[in-house]
Amino acid sequence: MDKDFAARRRRDLIIAAVLAAIAALTPLFVKDVVVQNILILTLMYAGLSQSWNILSGYCGQISLGHALYFGLGAYTTELLFTKFGVLPWFGMLAGGVVSALIAMGLGYPFFRLRGHYFVIATIVIAEIGLLLFHNWEWAGAAMGITIPIRGDSWLKFQFLRTKLPYFYFALVLCCLAWFVTWWLEDSKWGFWWRAVKDNPEAAESLGVVVFNSKMGAAAVSAFLVAVGGSFYAQFVSYIDPESVMGFQFSLLMALPAVLGGIGTLWGPVLGAAILIPLTELTRFKFGGSGRGVDLIVYGTLIVLISLALPRGLLSLFSRPKKTGAAR
Amino acid sequence: MTPLLETRGVWQRFGGLVANSDVSISVGRGEIVGLIGPNGAGKSTLFNLIAGVLPPTQGSIWFDGEDVTRMPAAERCQRGVGRTFQVVKSFETMTVIDNVIVGALVRNTVMREARRKAREVLEFTGLAARADVLASDLVPAEKRRLEVARALATEPKLLLLDEVLTGLTSTEAQTGVALVRKVRDAGITVLMVEHVMEIVMPLVDRAIVLDLGKVLVEGKPADIVRDPKVISAYLGDRHAVGA
Repeated sequence: MDKDFAARRRRDLIIAAVLAAIAALTPLFVKDVVVQNILILTLMYAGLSQSWNILSGYCGQISLGHALYFGLGAYTTELLFTKFGVLPWFGMLAGGVVSALIAMGLGYPFFRLRGHYFVIATIVIAEIGLLLFHNWEWAGAAMGITIPIRGDSWLKFQFLRTKLPYFYFALVLCCLAWFVTWWLEDSKWGFWWRAVKDNPEAAESLGVVVFNSKMGAAAVSAFLVAVGGSFYAQFVSYIDPESVMGFQFSLLMALPAVLGGIGTLWGPVLGAAILIPLTELTRFKFGGSGRGVDLIVYGTLIVLISLALPRGLLSLFSRPKKTGAAR
Repeated sequence: MTPLLETRGVWQRFGGLVANSDVSISVGRGEIVGLIGPNGAGKSTLFNLIAGVLPPTQGSIWFDGEDVTRMPAAERCQRGVGRTFQVVKSFETMTVIDNVIVGALVRNTVMREARRKAREVLEFTGLAARADVLASDLVPAEKRRLEVARALATEPKLLLLDEVLTGLTSTEAQTGVALVRKVRDAGITVLMVEHVMEIVMPLVDRAIVLDLGKVLVEGKPADIVRDPKVISAYLGDRHAVGA
């Protein structure tokens, strides 16, 4: 039976490699810039949602404030770049580290909260972060930061003539987040997180240091989301508080995972592959005149999914549970 | 040789309620000790103090020659205290074997070894056939067994069993009793809380009776069941008169 388990892990890895290879080839066929844009965002949100899933899905600490880490990644990168000339690649790393440290600093008081109270705290903290950046003159306040254009360059990670480098970076980010999840899933941390989610008291009695597990999950999750934020800042080349730290990012990280299957390896990718194109397309189609139609469409979708398949779309594919004879 | 577990003058107050008053007990290595007493005697409170769910208001707890009074539960588990819960607390979204792996990870950092240890414990506890079933799909008796399996996977020196035999059918209880014996034969000391006397008495080497938060008597099961103080605690003073 342990062979089955190892085989399943290997199969997941192979499927991921095949999907990544197919994704890598799409730009050969897709030349339309609008579609490329949607693909980039889909990959980015898949990666972000996958990272969110580590803390909220596996460890069960539902965060609706991950926009904070996304924004911190974006701001750290661009402040370092515009004020000190630090290359975005280092900024990206710095943003990740800053976010991970802040996530742990916030975790210290907030991981004592349970359930709804924790969720509310994450929303409030992200809003406070948003307000602080709104009023922080040095960081551009409400005006934000325009990233100076110095021409296409891998070194500075900016490209005007082509979106392809962004596409490949988003793909790498998505694969990285997936791989980290895959790797952690069959590790001490992965088991600890699921135990903490299901029953913290029992976990504690089995030697799991609940508080440290939550801190570890928060750090990994925030780091990866911040890298996504850095990428996004480079991609859109202009940031202001709303456009990188707004509440919608927290939602767009949570929804794909919830839609696809929270706390599962494939849920976030599946959810993002459906939700993000749908959001972008409806916005594109109904955007200008009928404002909010896109929101109505996916709001309806979420309601339908949570009524019909509360464990996410992925539960459609899961093998029927073996319940054995002793029922 | 020092006893494996010792409580020295332990008090626990919840507001005005005194759940344990001046409880001093000890459990020797290799013993099966029963902690019994009528409802509300303070058994579960004492059990939780020993497991490290909360520190006592007063007094100290010693495990394996070390003062563990203020040590959190997770650390006590690493020192060798395993426990089950009276109201089962399985990890419901995880499979049976994954539940046990969580316990096995205390002493095995490599996943492959933790998994092997978990298999071994499932064999030992008779749950091997149910390894890949979700914990939420187990029947109540199996869930109790899973509690024991999970705790055993942490390779404890002392296993604390909280009413694992209560509420089972007599066949299930018999298998449970056999399992506890097997655990002791594997060299693990057992402290079990029960209030069903007829199940525990034949099983334990020694029984400690709590009543109204205090140690009423302790001794060999055969003596305990005849003790007038125990009879009156369980059945009321009326019944103790003739004893």
